[in-house]
Amino acid sequence: MEEFFQQLTNGLAVGGIYALIALGYTMVYGVLKLINFAHGDLFTLGAYLGLTLLTSLGLSDHVGPFTGASILALMVMGLVAIVGMLLERTAYRPLRESPRLSAVVSALGASIFLQNSIMLIYGAKFYVYPQDVLPRTTIEIFGVYIPLMRILILVVSLVMMAALYLFTQKTRVGTAIRAAAIDQGAAKLMGINVDRVIMLVFLIGPALGGSAGLMVGLYYGQINFTMGWIYGLKAFTAAILGGIGNIPGAMVGGLLLGVIEALGAAYISVAWKDAIAFVVLIAILIVRPKGLLGERVAEKI
Amino acid sequence: MNRRNLIYAILALVLVTSPAYLNAYWVDVLNSVGLYALLALSLNVILGDAGMYNMGHAAFYAVGAYCGAILNTQFDVPILWALPASAVAAGLFAVLIARPVIHLRGDYLLIVTVGIGEIIRIALINDVFGITGGPNGIFGIDRPEIFGFRIRRPHEFFWLIWGFVAITLFLFHRLHHSRFGRALNYLREDAVAAEGSGINTGRYRLAAFVVGAAWAGMAGNLFAAKMSIISPESFSFWESVVVFMIVILGGAGNMAGVLLGTFLIIGLPEMFRGFASGRMLVFGLVMMVMMVVRTQGILPPGPRKFKFLGLKGEGGKAS
Repeated sequence: MEEFFQQLTNGLAVGGIYALIALGYTMVYGVLKLINFAHGDLFTLGAYLGLTLLTSLGLSDHVGPFTGASILALMVMGLVAIVGMLLERTAYRPLRESPRLSAVVSALGASIFLQNSIMLIYGAKFYVYPQDVLPRTTIEIFGVYIPLMRILILVVSLVMMAALYLFTQKTRVGTAIRAAAIDQGAAKLMGINVDRVIMLVFLIGPALGGSAGLMVGLYYGQINFTMGWIYGLKAFTAAILGGIGNIPGAMVGGLLLGVIEALGAAYISVAWKDAIAFVVLIAILIVRPKGLLGERVAEKI
Repeated sequence: MNRRNLIYAILALVLVTSPAYLNAYWVDVLNSVGLYALLALSLNVILGDAGMYNMGHAAFYAVGAYCGAILNTQFDVPILWALPASAVAAGLFAVLIARPVIHLRGDYLLIVTVGIGEIIRIALINDVFGITGGPNGIFGIDRPEIFGFRIRRPHEFFWLIWGFVAITLFLFHRLHHSRFGRALNYLREDAVAAEGSGINTGRYRLAAFVVGAAWAGMAGNLFAAKMSIISPESFSFWESVVVFMIVILGGAGNMAGVLLGTFLIIGLPEMFRGFASGRMLVFGLVMMVMMVVRTQGILPPGPRKFKFLGLKGEGGKAS
C-alpha cells in the first residue's frame, strides 16, 4: 500500500508538470486550432534558462532557498514568454490565413530550430542541476515518505493553474480570450483585439511551460536538449485527454495522465512507461474524441 | 506541356548517367534520396492524394524493414524475395491500426499516428516477441541478389533503388489518374460532397492508407537490404517528421514536387556536411520561411483537367 501511495504522489507531481505544459497547448489550440509543436522546446528552454540563472546568480545564497526559487521562476517565465511571443510573430502570424498543414510544418520547423539553437548554445550533453537549491527533506504522512519537492511542485502547479482559471473566468481579458477561442470573427465584431488575445496566449502558455521546465530540472536534476518533445507529446496527450481547448480539462488530463503513467510504470513495466501515455491517447480518441471535459465534438466524417 | 516533359526527360537522363561520374559516396547519397523518395511517394498517396495527416509513417517503414530482416536472418529467405511479405505485413498492420482511427479529423489523426509510431518504436526497443533484437536491432542481413548477381556496391544499389522508384512513379501516376485516385482527391477536397456523390469515404480512406503503408513497407525492406543492419533508431519520430515535411514542402499531391522535395531535404543538406551542427538549425529555419513564402509547397499540383466529349475544361471552372 505504501508503494501505491508513493507512486500516486509521484504521479501527481509529474502530472502537475504535464498539466502546466498542457495548458499552453490547449490555449493555443483553443484560439488558433494549431498544434504548437514548438511548445515542448519552449519548456526545454525554461529548464536551460533556469540552470543558467541558477548557476550564474547564486540567488539562494542571498535571499534564502524559497524566495530565491520564486524569483528564479519569475525570471524564467518572463524570458520564455518573450521567446514565445517572438515565435508567434515570426512563425505563426504570417500563416494565419494559410492552409492548416503549412502552419503545422512551420511549427515543426520552429521546434527543430529551437531545439538545435539550444544544442548549439549549450552543447549536446546532459546537464545536471545543482542539488542544493531547495531543501531535500522528506516528510512522513501515515507511514508514506514523500519528498518535500513533490508536494511543492504539486502545490505550485495547482496554484498557477487556479490563477489561470480565475483569470480566464473572472477578468475582462480572460473573457476576451474565451470569446476568441469560440469564434474569432464574432470576437472581432465585438471589439476584441484578436491579435492581442493571441499574443497574450503566446505569453501565458510559454511562461507556464517554462516554469514546468524549471520544475523538471529541480525535480529530476538532469536535463537534455531533446527532452522537450517527449514531454510536449505527453502534455498534448493530457490536453486531449481532458478535452482540448478546455482549461480545466488540461489540468485534470495532466494530473490523470501523470498518475496513470506512474502506476503503469510501477505495476506493469518501466520499459513501456512512455508507450502507456500513447495507448491512453489512442483509447481516448477512439472512445471519446472530445476528451473527458470537452464540449466541442471532434468532427467525424 | 511538351516543354515540361522535355525538362523531366533531361533530369531523368542526368540522374541515370550520374553513377558514371559520381564517386561511391555521392552515389550512396543518391541511394538515400531514392529510399526517401519511395517513402515520400508512399506517404503522398495518404497525405497528398487523400489528405489524411499521417505523421507516423516510419511505423510502416519499420514493419517492412523488420519483416524482411527477420525473414532473412531467421528463415533464410532472400531479402528481395521478402519484398511482397514486407508489403503485406505493413499493409495488414495498416488495416489493423487504421481501421479504428481512420474517421478522425485532421489534427486528431495526426497526433494518433504520432502515438502509433512511438508505440512501435518502443515495442521494437523492448524486443517484443523476442525477435526484433531490442535496442541493438538486427544485423547480418544478406546482400540482395538478382539472377545470381549479388548487389554490394553503392553503384549497384543505385539501379535497384532507382529502378524501384521508377516503377513506383509509373504505378502511382496511373493510380493518381485512375478512378481510385480521383475519388481520393474528391475526398480530400470535400469529404461530405464525396460521400454525397456515392464514394464510400471510409473504405477509400482505408484503401489509401493500406496502399501507402504497403509501399512504405517495401521501402523498409530495401532499406534493410541496403544497410544490412537495422535498429529502432532508424524509425524514430523525426523520420516520420522528415518524410511529412518532404511531402508538404515539395507540394502535396504532386509527385514531381515530392521528388524535388526529397532532393532538397535529403540531398542538398549533404553538401553542407561540413557545418554539421548548424545544419539542422538552418533546416528548421528554412521550413518556417518556406511555409510563409510558399504555403502550397514548391510545386503544388495544378487543377485537375477534365476531358469530356472532347471539350477541355479545368477543375472547378466551366470550359
